[in-house]
Amino acid sequence: MEMFKKVKKVRYYIFLFLLPALFIYTIFMILPLFNSMRMSFYTGKGIVPDQFCGFQNYVKLFTQFPFRERLSNAFLNNIKFFLMVSIFQNVTGFFLAILLTRNVKGVKFFRTVYFLPTALSVIVVGFLFRLILNPVWGIFDKILRAIGLDFLIRPWLGDPVTALPVLAIVTAWHMIGIPIIFFTAGIDGISEEIIEASRIDGVNIWGEIRHMIFPLVKPIIGIVFILTFVGNFSEFEIVYSMETAYGNPAYATDIFGSFFYRTTFGTVMNVVSDVGLGAAIATIMFILILIGVIIFLRLSQRTD
Amino acid sequence: MNINFKNRKVNYFTRFGIYFVLIFQCLIIAFPLFLMVMSSFKSNREIFKAPFKLPATLNMENYRKLFLQSNYLRYFLNSIIVSLAAILIILIASSLASYAISKYRFPLNKFIFFYFLAGLMIPIRLGTINIMQMFIKLNLYNNLLSLIIIYSAYGIPAGILIFTGFMNDIPNELSDSARVDGCSEIGIFRKIIVPLLGPAIVVVAVYNLIPIWNDFWFPLVLINSDNLMTIPLATAKLFGRHETNYGLIFAILTSAAVPPMILFATLSRYFIKGLTAGAIKG
Repeated sequence: MEMFKKVKKVRYYIFLFLLPALFIYTIFMILPLFNSMRMSFYTGKGIVPDQFCGFQNYVKLFTQFPFRERLSNAFLNNIKFFLMVSIFQNVTGFFLAILLTRNVKGVKFFRTVYFLPTALSVIVVGFLFRLILNPVWGIFDKILRAIGLDFLIRPWLGDPVTALPVLAIVTAWHMIGIPIIFFTAGIDGISEEIIEASRIDGVNIWGEIRHMIFPLVKPIIGIVFILTFVGNFSEFEIVYSMETAYGNPAYATDIFGSFFYRTTFGTVMNVVSDVGLGAAIATIMFILILIGVIIFLRLSQRTD
Repeated sequence: MNINFKNRKVNYFTRFGIYFVLIFQCLIIAFPLFLMVMSSFKSNREIFKAPFKLPATLNMENYRKLFLQSNYLRYFLNSIIVSLAAILIILIASSLASYAISKYRFPLNKFIFFYFLAGLMIPIRLGTINIMQMFIKLNLYNNLLSLIIIYSAYGIPAGILIFTGFMNDIPNELSDSARVDGCSEIGIFRKIIVPLLGPAIVVVAVYNLIPIWNDFWFPLVLINSDNLMTIPLATAKLFGRHETNYGLIFAILTSAAVPPMILFATLSRYFIKGLTAGAIKG
């Protein structure tokens, strides 16, 4: 590094190297984010709301029917969705990663299979499971009948009780490869000495998970939960493909992403779109995601 | 790396249990995909009468319909154009910026690095309203160029994270001696750094290719002509149009699913490297 200090001439080329990336990233990602937030203080018809209205969009969202009901419903559904995906995807992924690092044969094969759905578009996954769960074709019900679980049969995507959990399970099916990759990499990274030590101490598997694996992969657990949280709180496609942008049935699967889409671009679906209001929803999403990221970073970096 | 738990004495019974769970999970993953591919070769009658059986004959009727009666090759071409162009821009812009961040000391160096990394945490779709307004103003609404630009912006943070990590490990001696020989800074980048970047280029390209190829949100919002649709948007439109023709629908889903899956199965180790870049190192 000493070498560079001797270069005294104006180093304009550093700026030239940075320029293309800075330009594209700032103009098309960062500025639109803040400009969209600015739109939340405006109202008006069309794609560019032009009447300044202060916090009126927020007042509407938090106090008026039906916006208040839709907002709190989307918030609660999104929290439930995140908690369920965390269990079906991240907790299951954690235990599968532990099994995969038990010196089993064919680790590469298993990991590739678990990871395969990650290559698919959410839209393809959503449509595929919509067909599988569809009572007309009834393939899933046939499987249930074959293993003697007839009593469970119900309209999975049409029942407000089961619809959201089904979406969470489908999301977990799609994305379980991600936590598995992170956790196996983390467990593989635990040093040999620590494992030796624990073996001498004669701890069993639960003790090993609690006192060894868990504390050492905690930062990675943090990353996985941040990725899940950010993904779930901006998720839209799984709802759109399985339950339409309305979050059927009876808004049981309506989350922030579908609420935002419907409000902002909804004109095609007989609802008059309100871009200013949509911008307010996007701003709320941004704040929630920021809070979530900070909480998970704090939790995963805290040492007890 | 998988030496950690070797020599561990695991009894036969436990070992059986482990494999049982791992294989069961494989079946859960594979069965829906298997059903999708099998059904795409069946007639509607067969799909309803014998849903679990292998197709009686390799019936290509659904694919014939899909490729002859829709614009499918056009959608495929659109997806390829958009993905390749965006990845090319990501590679060039983020390797140049990473070179500056990794190899030069200048004010705000750290700040600029974290400014880019913030993009990894922020879903770009939260800015969609202004993105749409901007492209309408630029006359790029309903134009593949808008998708190319937005995906470039989306991919740059991950590109910079991966490239800087890689470049930090390249020793400075080579560049230093080239500099003494009077080589220009861009010359050093081109002749010395770029030839060493091979593996990192593959990681950045593969890591960004999957989400860009699969994105549904931006085409949904920014594209409305049929001949400009990418595969995910076309899949949704065709699904809506043929909802009762199961055989055709499975052919649509299979056609959308197979190219990225093949790509992924062959290149997944690069994707995994991209995914865990930075995260595992801490």
